[in-house]
Amino acid sequence: MRILHSALISAAIGLTLALSGTPVSAQDKVITVASTTSTEQSGLFKALLPKFKEKTGIEVRVIAQGTGQALETGRRGDADVVFVHDAASEKKFVAEGFGVERFEVMYNDFIVVGPKSDPAGIAGSKDIDAALKKIAAAKTPFASRGDDSGTHKAEQRLWKAAGIEVKGAGDWYRETGSGMGPTLNTASAMNAYALTDRGTWLNFKNRGDLTIIVEGDLKLFNQYGVILVNPAKHSHVKKELGQSFIDWLVSGEGQKAIADYKIDGEPLFFPNAKKGQS
Amino acid sequence: MNQQNAFITALDLIASLDPVLGDIVLLSLKVTLSAVLIAAAIGLPLGAALALGRFPGRSALIVVSNALMGLPPVVAGLVVYLLLSRSGPLGFLGMLFTPGAMILAQTVLILPIVISLTRQIVEDLWAEYEEQLRSLGSSRMRAIPTLLWDGRFSLITAILAGFGRASAEVGAVLIVGGNIAGYTRTMTTAIALETSKGDLALALGLGIILLTITLLLNTGAFVAGRMAQRAAG
Repeated sequence: MRILHSALISAAIGLTLALSGTPVSAQDKVITVASTTSTEQSGLFKALLPKFKEKTGIEVRVIAQGTGQALETGRRGDADVVFVHDAASEKKFVAEGFGVERFEVMYNDFIVVGPKSDPAGIAGSKDIDAALKKIAAAKTPFASRGDDSGTHKAEQRLWKAAGIEVKGAGDWYRETGSGMGPTLNTASAMNAYALTDRGTWLNFKNRGDLTIIVEGDLKLFNQYGVILVNPAKHSHVKKELGQSFIDWLVSGEGQKAIADYKIDGEPLFFPNAKKGQS
Repeated sequence: MNQQNAFITALDLIASLDPVLGDIVLLSLKVTLSAVLIAAAIGLPLGAALALGRFPGRSALIVVSNALMGLPPVVAGLVVYLLLSRSGPLGFLGMLFTPGAMILAQTVLILPIVISLTRQIVEDLWAEYEEQLRSLGSSRMRAIPTLLWDGRFSLITAILAGFGRASAEVGAVLIVGGNIAGYTRTMTTAIALETSKGDLALALGLGIILLTITLLLNTGAFVAGRMAQRAAG
């Protein structure tokens, strides 16, 4: 009997612990934002969220995923707001009725990093088309995200624009199927080229022999958008709280907070919300 | 990467009593210990019933529970994710991306371990004491509490095996918890994140702390077990 007794007590303690960890009452000022690994791993949210919370008292819980997965999280109703960077899929998300409206928030740019020895001979180039063609011609290792993220989609568009078919291109083109950081870890270990957003790169510590090879092409522009998940599809979405986060991001104050976030004096994101869009 | 850095980082983190680290450690312990308690509360009686009960499909259940000991954490996480998602059958609970969801996923993960090991231990005890218990007029089902109590020292090992699996896994808690800073970030998901950011020294430092905590808990369980055994003669 003593065993049953202690089993019951254990169950009670377990459930109490479990329940104490799930404050989901309606008055909790908490929203869930599905965003991308680049915004989280670049440290941007760590800089923004305390300022937003101080102003509004709203706690923002960020889940960092690839753009594709973040939009899927929104589609399933598991987030109140999505904050991602692939304009085409964002517009589709809104058109399908899963999002209310898309607001442009900021941009940064993609860069190509690669080994200092630069086997494809493209260092210093500002022409992404030519650089990708040389990487493909030289068959030097290239690490791709391969995870349907915004960065992966941008990379696929760039290959296509350069007229190169990477599917089945050979073993120099390597899909890691993982986030930006892990892909950079892989590239660092293999001395491969990789396309990355500048923010993740600036915050990345395990660079090994990698350095910036190509930057500055207008085609490497990377726009971020923020969308409220449609309460008409998912009635539990915290409409007011979510919208106030979006309003703050595109307001003068939010835009300044984005511009002020720097690593080693270098800004990572450039605010470009349209005036009067909120 | 310099391995020495990791140890220095680990010591620094502990010495500075970093509050963020403290929260992460507490959450990890809360989630894992809750899962272990729930799994023990369900798994010990079920495992014993499976050992002593005689009903159709018993062998199949034993095989399934043994096989589920190898359930990949990422699959357990995915199943719980689909159940708890707002578009899933339990979506109305609003539990996805909370510590509660992580406790549920880890419970699913370690329940088969507790059930299977308990079944084996109780079955062996029954083989040993069947005659004695029967002569005292005890039926199979009424022998369950006696045998669980008798096998308590072996059963602690079964529970520690569950604890080990829960505290070590990252796949399930990452999917259902979302690795939200200050809310669902545990030791293992923090290690995965720091590895992603290429901060390998910090990642390994956190790993050293996690291993140290696991070692301390196991030492505690070992010492307590020995003392109880001695007291029981």
